Amino acid sequence: MSGPERQFPATLLAPGAAEAPVFLLAEPLSFWGGLDSSTGRIIDRWHPQKDEIITGKILMMKAGRGSSSGSSVLAEAIRLGKGPAGIVLLSRDAIVTVGAMVAAELYGIACPVVMARVEDWAAISSASRLMLQATGDAAFIALP
Amino acid sequence: MTIALSAFDQELLDGTHGEAAAFCMRLLTRFAEAVGAESFIDIEAAHIDGCLYLGQVSLDFVEHLVRHKGRVRVHTTLNVGSVDLIHPELFIGEAEIGNGGARLMKAHEELGCMPTFTCAPYQTMFRPRFGAQIAWAESNAIVFANSVIGARTNRYGDFIDLCCAMTGRAPLYGLHITENRRAQVLVVIESVPEEWDDAGPACVAVGHTIGKRCGSFIPAIVGLPPHTQEDDLKALGAVAASSGAVALFHAVGLTPEAVTVDAAFQGQLPVETIWLTADDLRRTVRNLSTVPEGTPLVGVSFGTPHFSFQEFVKLMPLLDGARPIVDIYINTNRGVLEQLAAHGWDKALEAAGVTLVIDTCTYLTAIMRDMSGAIMTNSGKMAYYAPGNIGVDIAFGSLADCMASARAGRVVRL
Repeated sequence: MSGPERQFPATLLAPGAAEAPVFLLAEPLSFWGGLDSSTGRIIDRWHPQKDEIITGKILMMKAGRGSSSGSSVLAEAIRLGKGPAGIVLLSRDAIVTVGAMVAAELYGIACPVVMARVEDWAAISSASRLMLQATGDAAFIALP
Repeated sequence: MTIALSAFDQELLDGTHGEAAAFCMRLLTRFAEAVGAESFIDIEAAHIDGCLYLGQVSLDFVEHLVRHKGRVRVHTTLNVGSVDLIHPELFIGEAEIGNGGARLMKAHEELGCMPTFTCAPYQTMFRPRFGAQIAWAESNAIVFANSVIGARTNRYGDFIDLCCAMTGRAPLYGLHITENRRAQVLVVIESVPEEWDDAGPACVAVGHTIGKRCGSFIPAIVGLPPHTQEDDLKALGAVAASSGAVALFHAVGLTPEAVTVDAAFQGQLPVETIWLTADDLRRTVRNLSTVPEGTPLVGVSFGTPHFSFQEFVKLMPLLDGARPIVDIYINTNRGVLEQLAAHGWDKALEAAGVTLVIDTCTYLTAIMRDMSGAIMTNSGKMAYYAPGNIGVDIAFGSLADCMASARAGRVVRL
């Protein structure tokens, strides 16, 4: 466990716990048309991280983007074991939250989604690994 | 943030109304937290865009509700599916999508949804009333319901549309609330090209522009052609919701919350004014085509969104004359098909070489037999999406241009 000085309070959007390497999205990604759910690969040809793989990572994205069909694509990726281990946002996003919740409810696979505080973003996004703890009503992000 | 739950909301969560409703209410509560709503409201109707097969999860979600004996609690219409259940032989895509898509459509019916399978539910008997609180999905249906009818919905989508239908509840936020429906940007059309006698292209050009330029602001449009009809506003909204994320526009003197400019702005001032000239509109329409005049065509497609009976009324006189030499496809819904049959027009259309596509849409799924060349359409939405979705070149033109081109086998402008 990490010490309390390296813990950051966060807002719980979808419950679960995860510890994994960080994947920081340089730009918002629309999962619909932007993520291949069967491989976890970014396929949006305009995205700077095209062809990179988000599977098993703590995906950090400042905001969501794009069609609400992104919820289905994220849930499908999680079902196939190709989704991220967890997601850290800087603004609330319903598309991401719903995708993660559907996967948790239908398949029992948790992909925690939390919203970080603006003042913590620099410290969190420069970490190589993160731990997310989102249970009950509370959530925090920790540097392991 | 805690959400204020009514006694009924609590019953839904507790499973008093069954596990399917409880499952949906759990998801809806998470969604409400994510959008920052503080309570729920009753809705009168829902429109579900869940019949397109996007993977196993699409089917698992609905089958889960069917297995727990779920039923929708309000009038619920269905958007297009992946296949035409009336003419299944038209589908020429992958079997997994065809079979999964057909099961998805049936499973929604088992939940009590009505088999409308149309992206234009507002032109069926289930058209909502002015001021109705509804939970609708499908971007063109959302913008039409809000703008042209004055019903109230946010941009609902995947899973959440069905959760609202299964609970009869929606989170209170966004466009459900009067003050959030206020116009913020004034769009002034200074002049319309005099060579356009049809209001269609002008409305498509304005719609495309507001989608690109208004961002999340709500526009109020002044100066649309005086003969603008409901189907023109439908085309305007559909392309605005494609080139941007427009969920509501006001057209002063034409839409119900914009009797005057002042009414549209709820007494406040615009944050920005956009001026459009005839040249701007011409340029926008020209840019919708990916090929020039004279390009050989392999097909013509109408009905994105689904063709209304009124649109067929405009089309029928244009069928007289030489038989078209390229395929013509028209997407429409079951209700309109019945009206066509009552007039004997379905036979007349078939004799003129028209393929009627029901329950689905040519821009989404594998229907068109020949996609080796350019397709012509009068739909701004089709023109916007088809090059990316189905990989074809597009020529955009008026209804009359499209028919003349179908006879010539190449792009013709009248």
